[in-house]
Amino acid sequence: MKKSLLALALLSAIYGITAPAAYAKDINLLNVSYDPTREFYQDFNKAFAAFWKTKTGDNVIVKTSHGGSGKQARAIIDGLDADVATLALAYDVDQLQEKAKLIPKDWQSRLQNNSSPYTSTIVFLVRKGNPKGIKDWTDLTKSGVSVITPNPKTSGGARWNYLAAWAYAKKQNGGDEAKTKEFVGKLFKNVPVLDTGARGSTTTFVERGIGDVLLAWENEAFLAQKELGVGKFEIVVPSLSILAEPPVTVVDKFAKKHGNEAVAKAYLDYLYTEEGQEIAAKNYYRPTLASVAKKYETQFPKVKLVQIDQEFGGWQKAQKTHFSDGGTFDQIYQK
Amino acid sequence: MTTRKNVLPGFNLSLGYTIFYLSLIVLIPLSAAFIKTTELSLHEFWAVVSTPRVVASYKLTFGASFIAALINAVFGLLTAWVLVRYTFPGKKIIDALVDLPFALPTAVAGIALTAVYSNNGWIGSWLEPHGIKVAFTPLGVVVALTFIGLPFVVRTVQPVLEDLEAETEEAAASLGANRWQTFYKIIFPAVWPALLTGFALAFARAIGEYGSVIFIAGNMPMVSEITPLIIITKLEQYDYAGATAVAVVMLVISFILLFAINGLQWWLSRRNGSAL
Amino acid sequence: MSIKVPSQYSSYQAKVARSRATSESLWVRWSFIAIMLAFLTLFLIVPLVAVFTEGLRKGFDAYLAALIDPDALSSIKLTLIAASIAVPLNLVFGVAAAWAIAKFEFRGKSILITLIDLPFAVSPVIAGLIYVLIFGLQGWVGSSLIDNDIKVIFAIPGIVLATIFVTFPFVARELIPLMQAQGKEEEEAGLVLGASGWQILWRITLPNVKWGLLYGVILTNARAMGEFGAVSVVSGHIRGMTNTMPLHVEILYNEYNYAAAFAVASLLAILALVTLVLKSLVEWQSARSAIQNEQNFS
Repeated sequence: MKKSLLALALLSAIYGITAPAAYAKDINLLNVSYDPTREFYQDFNKAFAAFWKTKTGDNVIVKTSHGGSGKQARAIIDGLDADVATLALAYDVDQLQEKAKLIPKDWQSRLQNNSSPYTSTIVFLVRKGNPKGIKDWTDLTKSGVSVITPNPKTSGGARWNYLAAWAYAKKQNGGDEAKTKEFVGKLFKNVPVLDTGARGSTTTFVERGIGDVLLAWENEAFLAQKELGVGKFEIVVPSLSILAEPPVTVVDKFAKKHGNEAVAKAYLDYLYTEEGQEIAAKNYYRPTLASVAKKYETQFPKVKLVQIDQEFGGWQKAQKTHFSDGGTFDQIYQK
Repeated sequence: MTTRKNVLPGFNLSLGYTIFYLSLIVLIPLSAAFIKTTELSLHEFWAVVSTPRVVASYKLTFGASFIAALINAVFGLLTAWVLVRYTFPGKKIIDALVDLPFALPTAVAGIALTAVYSNNGWIGSWLEPHGIKVAFTPLGVVVALTFIGLPFVVRTVQPVLEDLEAETEEAAASLGANRWQTFYKIIFPAVWPALLTGFALAFARAIGEYGSVIFIAGNMPMVSEITPLIIITKLEQYDYAGATAVAVVMLVISFILLFAINGLQWWLSRRNGSAL
Repeated sequence: MSIKVPSQYSSYQAKVARSRATSESLWVRWSFIAIMLAFLTLFLIVPLVAVFTEGLRKGFDAYLAALIDPDALSSIKLTLIAASIAVPLNLVFGVAAAWAIAKFEFRGKSILITLIDLPFAVSPVIAGLIYVLIFGLQGWVGSSLIDNDIKVIFAIPGIVLATIFVTFPFVARELIPLMQAQGKEEEEAGLVLGASGWQILWRITLPNVKWGLLYGVILTNARAMGEFGAVSVVSGHIRGMTNTMPLHVEILYNEYNYAAAFAVASLLAILALVTLVLKSLVEWQSARSAIQNEQNFS
């Protein structure tokens, strides 16, 4: 205890944090998240800090770290002491359990909706007027169409992209595995740049002007449209896509160590409240709370969504079949 | 060199500290990579470091580094020559700027080069109509590696050129050699070892480069994916042993290359005798 | 491996005017200059100018705002902290290593020199990785560190370590050839006159190599402030806490905040340019003192 106080004092000295008032505790909470949630959590952290202040009188300073989902999970496994992890897919959170025993096995059932307070899906972002006439996944395999997606090996979003394409092709070909692979292979033959993360791909597409279509998180596509050029891009919704569930969890071992268990749990619970869901919806994440979902109904296009568990037998299996070394993604690039 | 006993103090202390610090910062951490690899059997190790995708990345990394070093050798020699022999306005500024790639953060270099060489960038938009694509192709890797290796050839050749005695050239000229012959027979042999050293340095530096390349490369498997990216990719799949296996291959190559460079420099100083 | 401009032969020294026989025709000369300028423009100047124009794209106010943003300031602070620890440590090491290597003969010297050079050629990614393997939670000492509340990676110590690693050889590599060239007669003379080892170091050796030393420090500092790859692996990217300037550039870039990214990048470029100016000053000074020395002797 004494040691940690000393460490805190040292830390405040280093970072120039002024001494806290005697009664109000300053709580530092670290949220380690994936790339496209930056804007969302910036808003959410402010709201939560205000909420917590009125509830307990304590000041919560939420620090965030963003990066590719896999990279972030690895950093936590290697000791980045996150109180909460909010990642792109359940497989990455599973690794926190599997590789480092930082969370219990049943983490995903601790919160509602598979621990995913908000969901998203994969859509297409095309240039103004949709010059290549892209309507659905099949158009992405045509020659002369250039597709931008990040690398599924390094990006969580890209894995959702890949699986959405796979699900579509599988349905189209009546479950024929070989034809499905051929379809996805053809699609990836049209990819000229594989960035390491979702944000890199958006930059390539928007700033560098490369590609005819960007496969992106729905929220990323909305955001890019808003931030980078109103009217310069259009969102195209395919006939079938995947329900992307970015899960959240308290990282028990580190939260306990920091004495942050209660506030970390409250932080995640707040994601499920009406306020939290509003903020999510405003940042183009699909809310799960029925009342908020209804309110923002018109914002999100209707799309038929397959689920990872039904379609691919869960993340563990999907990861192994498609993205591990020698998986279907590697096979595409090896003739 | 004299054979008498060395009387200066501090040998044990300085060497001891050198080895201690070297071990602490470099050797022990590097050995961690080797030890981690032992989690793999020899067979597994070989399988990891010889998959087609990894092999393609070696080819790109070493190929692009080699080409970049070659470009730097040619233009670096020319630059050094111009900076030593000619005067022109702004020469001092140019001379100072040569070191820029060394001081400029690689990530900054990466985004700046991408901005300039992508097909809507200042230079990229000029090349695009001619069917030349730089950013997001292996050519982009070469451009980035040329940038970061630029100071090395210039800075190794420059002192040798400055040191070159005018008398030998005058003698050659008075014996009837034309300028080209003088260069070919007199100057080039003198700068050749330094040029080779500079080339090797630029090469060594390029092989490990990550920050600037990653933005401009395009990172396509089998085409424009560099070896350091493979390491990162493997890490992101929680494949620590695989990542370190590839890292170990790179480490061994780096060490061999450096050893060769140092041998070269030693040979150089021997040959030049008194000079430095 | 060292990139240095030999101060002794600096171009500031008056050059003997060359006769026509040992120079090229005007035409050749200018076309050489033109080719060189074209090459440097393509690879150096255009990217440098791009950094500044992109940074100022949204006007000077936005440029300034990007620099005084609290996260930007904290990244500047962290970068300075890392450099201010790494540089002195590598300086002390460089002097010790140069003393041992330049003044003494021993077995395995060339291997030692190669090992000192190794961080130069090791990919920064690997440099970061090895510290994760040791200090990471799954690493050799990671779990005992965490039990004792000591943070190495994803905190300042890890960033400092990675910075030390990538800048490891520079001071040593500047000093070794210089001290070798100077021989040890002066030191031996000092010894005969009764000076202690430390006195010799302070009064004779260091003054003799001070310009090389300074040059090494400048190089180390420049590299320390700009390192990206290695630091990226061990940083954890926590906003306002463990982001260095180059990492902050990447973050801004990833937030579609291109103007701000290039603004912070331009600050790093200015640092690089200041470094180059300092370096030129050092060379100029050392050339001057070299000339003075010669005059004193003659």
